Amino acid sequence: MVELAWLIPAAPLIGFVLILVVGRRLGEPLAGWLAFGAIGVSFLATVAVFAGLLAEEPGERFYVQTLFEWVPAGSFSVNAGLLADPLSITMSLFITGVGALIHLYSIGYMHGDPDFSKFFLYLNLFAGSMLVLVLGDNMLMTFLGWEGVGACSYLLISFWFTDAANASAGKKAFVTNRVGDFGFMLAMFLVFYEIGSIDYGTILSSAPELGSGVATTIVLLLLLGAVGKSAQLPLYVWLPDAMAGPTPVSALIHAATMVTSGVYLLTRMNPVLAVADGWATDTVAWIGVLTAFFAATIALAQNDIKKVLAYSTVSQLGYMFLAVGVGAYVPAIFHMVTHAFFKALLFLGSGSVIHGLDDEQDMRRMGGLAKLMPITAMTFIVGWLAIAGVPPFSGFWSKDEILLYAWNENVALWAIGLVTALLTAFYMTRQVILTFFGRTRYFDPTAEEITAAFDARLDLSEAAARQAQDELVAAHAGVEKAVADVDKRTEAVEIAATKLNDAKAALAAVSAEDDAHTKLAKALEKAEKAVPRAGENLSKAQGSVAEANAEVDRTSERLAEAEVAFRALGARRADLPLPATHVTAASVPPEVGDLADDLPASFDERQEYHPHESPWTMTLPLLVLAGAAAVAGGLNLPFTKDLHFLEHWLEPSLFGNETKLMVSSAGKWGLALIAIMSAVGAIGAATAVYLKGRIAPARIERPALARAWYVDETYARVAGGPGRSGFELAALFDRRVIDGFVNGVASAAGSIGGSLRSTQTGYVRNSALGIVIGSVGVVLWFLSRLWTS
Amino acid sequence: MFAAEAAEAVSFPLLPALVLVPLLTAAVIGLMPAERDDYARIIALVGSTITGALSIYLLADFQTADGGFQFVVERDWIADLGLSLRLGVDGISLFLVVMTGVLFPIGILATSADHDAKPYHLWIMVLMAGSIGVFMALDLLLFFMFFEIVLVPMYFLIGSWGHGDRVRAALKFFLYTMAGSALMLVGIVAVVFLTNQHTGTVTFDIRELASAQALTTNEARVVLLVFALAFAVKVPLFPLHTWLPDAHTEAPTVGSVILAGVMLKLGTYGFLRFGLYLFPQAAHDLAPVFLTLGVIGIMYGAIVATVQRDLKRLIAYSSIAHLGFIILGLFALNSQGIQGAVLQMVNHGISTGALFILAGWIYERRHTREIAALKGLQKAAPVMAGVFTLVMLSSIGLPGLNGFVGEFLILLGAFSGARWWGIVATSGVILAALYLLWAYQRVFHGTPDQDNAVMPDLRLSEFLSILPLLGLIVFLGVYPKPVLDRMEPAVDELITHIEANVDDFVEPEPAPVVEQDQRDLLVEALHEAEEKAEAAGEEGE
Repeated sequence: MVELAWLIPAAPLIGFVLILVVGRRLGEPLAGWLAFGAIGVSFLATVAVFAGLLAEEPGERFYVQTLFEWVPAGSFSVNAGLLADPLSITMSLFITGVGALIHLYSIGYMHGDPDFSKFFLYLNLFAGSMLVLVLGDNMLMTFLGWEGVGACSYLLISFWFTDAANASAGKKAFVTNRVGDFGFMLAMFLVFYEIGSIDYGTILSSAPELGSGVATTIVLLLLLGAVGKSAQLPLYVWLPDAMAGPTPVSALIHAATMVTSGVYLLTRMNPVLAVADGWATDTVAWIGVLTAFFAATIALAQNDIKKVLAYSTVSQLGYMFLAVGVGAYVPAIFHMVTHAFFKALLFLGSGSVIHGLDDEQDMRRMGGLAKLMPITAMTFIVGWLAIAGVPPFSGFWSKDEILLYAWNENVALWAIGLVTALLTAFYMTRQVILTFFGRTRYFDPTAEEITAAFDARLDLSEAAARQAQDELVAAHAGVEKAVADVDKRTEAVEIAATKLNDAKAALAAVSAEDDAHTKLAKALEKAEKAVPRAGENLSKAQGSVAEANAEVDRTSERLAEAEVAFRALGARRADLPLPATHVTAASVPPEVGDLADDLPASFDERQEYHPHESPWTMTLPLLVLAGAAAVAGGLNLPFTKDLHFLEHWLEPSLFGNETKLMVSSAGKWGLALIAIMSAVGAIGAATAVYLKGRIAPARIERPALARAWYVDETYARVAGGPGRSGFELAALFDRRVIDGFVNGVASAAGSIGGSLRSTQTGYVRNSALGIVIGSVGVVLWFLSRLWTS
Repeated sequence: MFAAEAAEAVSFPLLPALVLVPLLTAAVIGLMPAERDDYARIIALVGSTITGALSIYLLADFQTADGGFQFVVERDWIADLGLSLRLGVDGISLFLVVMTGVLFPIGILATSADHDAKPYHLWIMVLMAGSIGVFMALDLLLFFMFFEIVLVPMYFLIGSWGHGDRVRAALKFFLYTMAGSALMLVGIVAVVFLTNQHTGTVTFDIRELASAQALTTNEARVVLLVFALAFAVKVPLFPLHTWLPDAHTEAPTVGSVILAGVMLKLGTYGFLRFGLYLFPQAAHDLAPVFLTLGVIGIMYGAIVATVQRDLKRLIAYSSIAHLGFIILGLFALNSQGIQGAVLQMVNHGISTGALFILAGWIYERRHTREIAALKGLQKAAPVMAGVFTLVMLSSIGLPGLNGFVGEFLILLGAFSGARWWGIVATSGVILAALYLLWAYQRVFHGTPDQDNAVMPDLRLSEFLSILPLLGLIVFLGVYPKPVLDRMEPAVDELITHIEANVDDFVEPEPAPVVEQDQRDLLVEALHEAEEKAEAAGEEGE
């Protein structure tokens, strides 16, 4: 049965090729079922190989299958070969098992996506690469898978490529991983140089003869590779960003499988670690435990449901590194398996929530979903209990083992590990409460909506003020017009007076007997009448000036009022009744009052939305994983030696390098008790904060934590600042100095010669011509000598 | 071991045919009436495909285990001067010939002339004849002749069918390489002359000169430096590289493809044949210089590529980085390094050739190569994006694709033979990912604006024309054995030659491991561990 080993990676790769050729034509959902079938076959093949190995004596459980010679070059030769042993088959079992479930889940999750078949194309390629990684019988095969999964991760993170953030996240993941690959490659070169082969058989059997210095260097180089792939300090930054990919990808690649590759690699090379100086493995342990703690603090303050899980993954991987560093390989793999179950479960659960809540990822907008998505909630809770370390759920057993070995090595490692466990229970409790309990905050008006409503009102008020201002301007114009009228009327009065005087003078100049006298008298009479009329008009005009002025007063008063109102409203913007930044289950909806009428359409549309449980393709994997997460502790129960199934099974792959525990039975019970108490205590504390609202969450969710200790910003600033300018400088150097060198010399020479222009353009030509002429001369000389000799 | 038998076994002169068929094709195109220039492309396609088929026949007929020159053809030319027409291929030049034979028809098929199709195709066929000839020449003067011949058609291709500032770029290309060639001629004559001074015979036969090793140490170093200058321009090595970005950018697509795919290899091939083969001692002594320049090329090319704003310029700088790897591998002076270098010559031709073809298609559609003007093309052209992704991953050196195998062997060899250079060069793999992924992100990712949203995807004919390259990218990544197997005897012979002619030099590589069954080793290791544990346990008791 072990002969089926080739089929394990081949099945998903065949699936990949089939989907590549006919995927588009198959479309949804057939392409998904094809991919699922491929990984399913792979799972069955793994089970067959597993059974085959079990049938062997423990000491004989190695099966090497050489497919063909891959890269032969001189003394270097590497086969495309597979190694089925307890370690690789353990990995393959959960990769194909969890992988198959996630393929099934994806059929539901990716429903309706225009690139449905492409998603499964990548997913199958990923699975194939991951299996090559763990099953490869030499470092180069592992590296093939290692880079293959990296490329798939890149393709899947930037799957929704139209969003610039997703594209950047994919690139960041690939490039950060390449930093680690640099270490992996050098490790391979050094192994080849020292041992003469990079086949695991040769490496593992000759490792005991390695010098400790060489072994130390190899371990540190492998560690660099592992730190990149498994997202440890300081190269973890890509993993939280990788959440940009579809959620099944986060579950499969960025939680359950690919990111554990670093742990696998270090475990696979355990005979080399055994020879290395103590400080090399100490470095592994310390990087692990510090990453575990560091990432857990960040997880406390994340609001994105997937970001919490991402930092949690970084943290849990840190535990595995801690385990490897203290020589606790079995607990490392044990935790890897339980983590694959419960973290895949948690991610898929979060995906189900996101799916059922119209792509909402902010936990502050969730709450109370237990009623709306009962299966998702129930399975998520199992995952929570597992990761929080509550017995008898699986996470407790594996994490407890790691802490036990840490205690065995160094109390400080144990203490930090324990605090991390406490933080883990705390932030996971927070997540469960915020997501599934309390009031459903999804329907609350959002900050954007409230602000929009308010801004609409503010716009109205501003419009009123503007209208008052317009009216004031009009009133001022009225005054001006009235004043002009007064001027005109005053003039008319003067004219009338002048006319009267003229008429009087004219009348006085002629005698009464004159014929003109009557006429002039009539004119005088007329002029006399005109004077009071003009006076009347004037006073009327003066009256309308007063009226216009009064209008100005009235409108400016109205404007002042409108402005006061506008300002007053504007001032309220600062203290709008927005939803709380730090939310608990007890948080009340924002008191929007009369603003409710102005809320935008998105609010009303949301009220019509019904958060729903996911289809069976998604809930079935949740149920299976929940079952596994609940009972996987049974793989390696600590009570009696007979219950250490995983330890016995993995023994051959560890070549006796597993650390021997020096802890008494009472000590073990004591440590377990402390772990249980701290988990329960942390759950209690988180309940007090997030369910009861006893303590303000803002006191825990500090800005420094929310912004991940500013590490990403600092990296970005260095890369975008000095890094970028350094590169630009090199390009400038290339243009100006290297390319401009010849021309520069020419221009210097030219300015001396005074004919700058012609030499500058012609210099390259001249110098080339010079070389050619000179060369021809030399050649002719040689030839002539040759001829005569 | 000149394997003359192999040559005689062939019923007709295969190697001369590889040069003559493209030359005849050029002549046919030249004799065609100018108004029928639509036929030029078809004739060129037929001619180049026949040549390509001949090169594949060559590959099939090649004796894998034979490390010497095969299919050798010798005809006296000017006997007094030791000049003969000598052609032959060994496991090193074989794949360069085949790559040239394959790349030309694809280049012709994938692109077309925007004007004057007749002279355009005529020059391409002349170029093909010269490029193939140069890899087969076993005579220094013949090598020089072919080396010079390729300059002229490339000059006209860039100058007449290029873009933008094409005349200046063509001139710059011509002057740089012409100066290099002149130096090479000096080197060639000097070698022959000095050998004659020491041995009294006059010969231009590379094999005879190599086995004579007549030059004194200092003479050899000076002559090697003269050759090195000529080849450094061609590769190009820092700081003689600035003609390349200009030439690549302004050249028509087929010019860029051939320039990157074939012509740069004249430089690295020259380093191999003239540096390592003719002057092993001098090459060994001067290796640190070339290793350093190679590593500078890797880092510098990648860094400058990262911030380029023009897509073709970016690919041009990436070539400088890739060629730096080749130099590094050659001067690692061990079989991994040299085999990796030769493989990388072939792989770079395939990947970069494909990248230039893709960049050309984008230019045809969008009339710009400005990265900033392109955005979100994956939306409009998913097939092109997929093809680009594959080629990009190959160029980055992803295992499973062709680019990786060569790069890996080079770095592995360098780690054994030139450790610190190897370590620095390995960090170049980080930069390679950076510049290509960033470019891809800017060109293909994001939401396309008006012009980019309506860009047509690949036509079926275009897809089919690049398909052979895609096939090779995957095949050579998964199964490079057929290539490596044919290369290995020749490389071994070269290394034996170096070992024989360099004082106190042994190929730097780890002690060979005894071939043993991997499973037995593991079982044994486990038993030993168990025994040790038991012993420790007994002691404890």
